Amino acid sequence: MDEIITLDYGSGGKKTARLIEELLVPAFRNSVLEALGDGALLDGAERLAFSTDSFVVDPIFFPGGDIGKLSVCGTVNDLAVCGAEPKYLSLSFILEEGLPLADLRRIVESIRAQAEKAGVSIVTGDTKVVEKGRGDKLYINTAGIGFVRFPGLSPRNIRPGDAVLVSGTVGDHGTAVMLARSGMMQGELRSDCAALNGLCRRILETGAAVRVLRDPTRGGVATTLNEFVEGTALGVVIREEAVPVRPQVRAACDMLGLEPLYCANEGKLLAVVAAEDAGRVLEAMRETGEGRDAAVIGEVSEAYPGRLVMETAFGGRRILQKLTGAQLPRIC
Amino acid sequence: MPSDKAKRDRLLAAIAELDVDRVRLMEVCGTHTMAIAASGIRSMLPENVSLLSGPGCPVCVTPPQVIDAVLELSMEKDVILASYGDMLRVPGSRPGDSLLRRRALGAQVETVYSSVDAVELALQHPEKQLVFLGVGFETTAPGTAAAVLTAQEKGAKNFTLWSMLKTVEPALRALIALDGFQIDGFLCPGHVATIIGERGFAYLPAEFHLPGVVAGFEPEDILLAVYLLLRQIKEGKPRIENAYPRAVSHDGNVLAQRMIARCFEARGDVWRGLGAIPASGLGLREELSGFDAEKRFQVRYAEAEPPTACRCGEVITGRRRPEACPLFGRACTPEDPVGPCMVSSEGACAAAYKYQGVL
Repeated sequence: MDEIITLDYGSGGKKTARLIEELLVPAFRNSVLEALGDGALLDGAERLAFSTDSFVVDPIFFPGGDIGKLSVCGTVNDLAVCGAEPKYLSLSFILEEGLPLADLRRIVESIRAQAEKAGVSIVTGDTKVVEKGRGDKLYINTAGIGFVRFPGLSPRNIRPGDAVLVSGTVGDHGTAVMLARSGMMQGELRSDCAALNGLCRRILETGAAVRVLRDPTRGGVATTLNEFVEGTALGVVIREEAVPVRPQVRAACDMLGLEPLYCANEGKLLAVVAAEDAGRVLEAMRETGEGRDAAVIGEVSEAYPGRLVMETAFGGRRILQKLTGAQLPRIC
Repeated sequence: MPSDKAKRDRLLAAIAELDVDRVRLMEVCGTHTMAIAASGIRSMLPENVSLLSGPGCPVCVTPPQVIDAVLELSMEKDVILASYGDMLRVPGSRPGDSLLRRRALGAQVETVYSSVDAVELALQHPEKQLVFLGVGFETTAPGTAAAVLTAQEKGAKNFTLWSMLKTVEPALRALIALDGFQIDGFLCPGHVATIIGERGFAYLPAEFHLPGVVAGFEPEDILLAVYLLLRQIKEGKPRIENAYPRAVSHDGNVLAQRMIARCFEARGDVWRGLGAIPASGLGLREELSGFDAEKRFQVRYAEAEPPTACRCGEVITGRRRPEACPLFGRACTPEDPVGPCMVSSEGACAAAYKYQGVL
């Protein structure tokens, strides 16, 4: 059967990884790309980080944000978790014929406000319009450049005994968007969409032995933690009770048959740090607005090589895999 | 997850104290399967107590030839299919072919959260044929009936139901009749039991000398049910016990039962991995045939289940380990599943494949 692109390929899970590893990396092979970090690290007069991301979220306005705010935060965060100070952004729109100009204005204003807040400048851009039905209202691509201030962050640095921290409640963005899309009750559920460059700087300025930072977007916390250790001799053990989840997110996930640990986040980061530094990194995180609900959720272990294991609230253990495809609501 | 550790510890101690011989217990409910996996209960039980997942996920047991027919209809220009989300990934007879794929090829497939939403969709799109894929056991049958009656009342003539509804009892009877059946007790599905009542499982001890405990869905509920099953096995006095009395009564929900009887009648049906089972499906009654998608679109199914080496029936009943199936890990993987045990994300084969002996 001819293979076609299905939504699974965009889920951030295994099929996305296959697309990257089997099609894209071989086609454009070079040492910078092959590192497969959130951003690329470039040589030059100054060490640069470079990243790009496209945004296709439906609906374009959702509680806690909109596609414009997301397009700034997404790229800023990819640079920030590389240890870089995000500086310049490009901004490209693909607009569907018929999009109300008022919507575009609202999104541009949101981009302006968020860029200002994150301290980045939009320095180049592009606009294309496609025929009605050939797009979905609007798509945005941003690319960003930042100056590397804290080099050397990588999952390869992870050591047994290291502490795993998350900067706040998990699953907020994924569930908020899923509920907005279903047209069901939303209540106080809001996307966590936020720029994390301030939080990253605060963490890295502590001088703690930070091994790696990453923002767990598509595929959620469980997929990102799997990526840290897959194919290595190390595993991660997290404690379910230690993972901060809003009660509303838990309730929405129960109703939809989803799991918060696999839901997208757009304003959270995972940090792996040396055990002895966990306390001060946690303190530093909690001093920022984005990190006020930060928690130590687990540690790196040699007990389960290449695996993410969760000690459940009930007292059992289970393995958490990478997300295999898009999360689908279950009936049974 | 609300958890009462003292209760948990008491139950675990009581289970250990019973000190039973090797025991296999089967749960036949997708929500139990997920709850057992999510809470890690298997890792807490003594080694001689195995929990097996039976054919409890109604989506997973929908057979390939039915999916094939659905996929064919999905490509009709004026048809919108409304389905529960987890149906989208269930494969037809060609590996990888599913509603998810057909949607990528242009089929109009809407995910709904309740059957009545499907009627709303029909009313919003009078120019289209709205076909609702009614999947589920006794639990979802009353809601599905309500959708049909709502469509009738609101005059939604473009709404039809494709009933894939199944009932639990005939499947359990078929399982028990299989050669080499070796299950020592059933964790009875709490949701189904809210409809059919405790008495809906009376045949297990009465006819087959098998214990059954109606269980709720919190991990404590499941542990309690395991304990009660082990106690019955130890005593050698099988009966049906209700460990979920906050939701399940002796007679069940009589109104819901009437609703099912008003709209549906039993008919033979085919289960993925188990084959044809007499009177195990629910078809729309003759007087509602105007809302029957299989009739309106003159659906034809392939004669028999396409030949496959899938050994799900044996895996489900504990007669064969997943790894001993000739398809396991080769033609049948979580990404391109063949049998129901691989289709269900926590089914026996999917779990064996993903966890590869860890835990």
